[in-house]
Amino acid sequence: MAMDRRSLIKTLAAGGAAVAAGATTATAALRKTAPPGAMGMLYDTSLCIGCKTCVVACKQANDMPADTTAGGGLWDAPNDLNSKTKNIIKLYREGERQSYVKQQCMHCVDPGCASACMLHSLQKDKVTGVVMYDPAYCVGCRYCQMACPFNVPKFEFEKAAPKIVKCELCRHRIKDAAAKGPGGFTRYPKGQGPACCEVCPRDAVIYGRRDELLAEAKRRIAAWPGKYHKDRVYGEFDAGGTQVLYLSHVPFDKIGLPDLGDKPVPETAYTVQEGIYYKVPFAAPVGLFAVLAAVIYRNKRAESVGAAERGGQP
Amino acid sequence: MSAHAEVHVPVGGRLMTRPFVALLAVALAGAVAAAVRFLNGIGAVSNLSNGYPWGIWIAIDVVVGTAIGCGGYAVGIVVYVLNKGRYHPLVRPAVLTSLLGYGLAVVAVVVDLGRFWGLWKVPIYVWRWSHSPQLEVALCVATYTLVLLVELSPVLFEKLAAGASSGLRRTAEKGLSLVERNFVWVLALGLLLPTMHQSSLGTMMLLPGPRMHPLWLTPWLPLLFLVNAILMGFAVVTLEATFSSAAFGRPRETAMLGSLSRIAGWTAVGWSVFRVIEVAAAGKLGQIRGASGIAFLAEVLLPLVGAAILLAGATRTRAAWQVRGAIVLFLGTALHRVDTYLVAFTPGPAFSYFPAVPELLITFGIIAAEVAIYIAVVKTFPILQGPAPAKATY
Repeated sequence: MAMDRRSLIKTLAAGGAAVAAGATTATAALRKTAPPGAMGMLYDTSLCIGCKTCVVACKQANDMPADTTAGGGLWDAPNDLNSKTKNIIKLYREGERQSYVKQQCMHCVDPGCASACMLHSLQKDKVTGVVMYDPAYCVGCRYCQMACPFNVPKFEFEKAAPKIVKCELCRHRIKDAAAKGPGGFTRYPKGQGPACCEVCPRDAVIYGRRDELLAEAKRRIAAWPGKYHKDRVYGEFDAGGTQVLYLSHVPFDKIGLPDLGDKPVPETAYTVQEGIYYKVPFAAPVGLFAVLAAVIYRNKRAESVGAAERGGQP
Repeated sequence: MSAHAEVHVPVGGRLMTRPFVALLAVALAGAVAAAVRFLNGIGAVSNLSNGYPWGIWIAIDVVVGTAIGCGGYAVGIVVYVLNKGRYHPLVRPAVLTSLLGYGLAVVAVVVDLGRFWGLWKVPIYVWRWSHSPQLEVALCVATYTLVLLVELSPVLFEKLAAGASSGLRRTAEKGLSLVERNFVWVLALGLLLPTMHQSSLGTMMLLPGPRMHPLWLTPWLPLLFLVNAILMGFAVVTLEATFSSAAFGRPRETAMLGSLSRIAGWTAVGWSVFRVIEVAAAGKLGQIRGASGIAFLAEVLLPLVGAAILLAGATRTRAAWQVRGAIVLFLGTALHRVDTYLVAFTPGPAFSYFPAVPELLITFGIIAAEVAIYIAVVKTFPILQGPAPAKATY
């Protein structure tokens, strides 16, 4: 019996070691890169005048109701992204220093929300990289809200049949009508890009291909060294990269862009999950099942006939 | 007819006692609150928000609730894998507690899911499955609830086999032998599935990583959750066995629980030591400060205190101390789960969360229903062992 138990423990330990080894090798998995046709936005705090035209345009383009809570029931005055607001302008002020900031979905290259979603109700478009929502497969678990480090997906807590609400880069407006403009910069006809970018009077937020937007951001940094925080683009690598990019004249953390490092949000969870279940597909659970069944079978058979009578009830 | 029909007997006695009616009243209050939630939305009854999308329904009813349901898992490992047959009398009531824990966690999930009517798609739409740890939890919990039903089905078959109708008797005996024939793989599945989803419940909270307190953000979370679930299982089995003997005048299982306590105690010591070593190795000891620090210390020290009570020679063999040890162990292990799912999650200064009254009513209602159903089932079905005495007061 003692020998048997020792061999059992050995078997279990070997299984555990195999799982651990699987988890370690999965760490080396390749990081995702933005799809070749990745679309995005570039927002520059130094250009924004806080007119909120983009907030109004977003509501119109997406057929969103007014949020009159802060407006005394009279006018649309959302105080944060919420179930009626996919895009908002906020003000950061500290002494002399101030900055507006636009908030909406960042359209991460490797999004936490989509990794959380059970049936790909939230998923990235394979061409444009837009993080899309399809309520048909959504059970309303709100794990996406837990997983988003930017606190973007919102939920209709006030409704009996709620949905998730988030910016989808106006994908319902986009048609494939792009044309090369001056300087090789791709232009999009009116009505065929995100409404917020179209109406911005200062071009503080512009729409385009991610690679072109990144080049434009770097051009601005090169043209005005020292103007932008740390002379860098937020979203180039942050959280594994985002398709909405930010240039800011104040520190990023002041305008709600947390320091997330370069690691994609889902990386740790996926390293563990992939390592256990998918690296060698379902080897760990199937192996454990076989070991358990074998041990139970052996234990059951080892019982005397009298004891076996008592068995059968699990 | 196998021998155990004579060993497991219904407790019998009057069902509608005063405590039972009180439990039903609490469950009814919860049902009313749940009705409001289904008519007017989650916001109408809860303080859940876009900052705190998960509250007590998830942290307590589902995450702690399924761990309460790990009594069957913990005892199953001891009896069938470590082959300690002497604990056999604990199995059936533990499996019943497990079924209730999981069954009501599923109820809580339906209350919490905003779009619960789409839930049937999760197991069916295989082609849309993601690698989300939550999908693993959902599928495993659903399957495990079915496995628990099968594991407990001999109870129903035995009841029917003892009945008057000869047709029912034949069906029941057929069912009984079917379960007995498939005993090995059903049981193996019953031990595999909790191993999978209880660890995945830990993996799940790696995804909110950037907004998690560093003390709770470790890739070892799945292992911590798995062992934690086994510990909760041991604590619940001790509490449930002692409650049954006190409430229904059953013979006490003190000696058996005493030796089970040794396994539970040393596992708890191992858990707490590992938890501290992991935090130290990751260089996070400096994070143990403020309210979060207290929460961390509590979830490490409570299991140690519980283990000390359960392991000390003077107290281990006494029923009253077993219960105290189990309660302390239960609180410590449950705290780790609530800490991970609520306390450690920080969406920023703009948000705060404390459950609303109707939200609490739903949680209390579910717990009350759990206890009420347990009482009703052990009174009518052959769950507990030993001769049935006439005095059943609860």
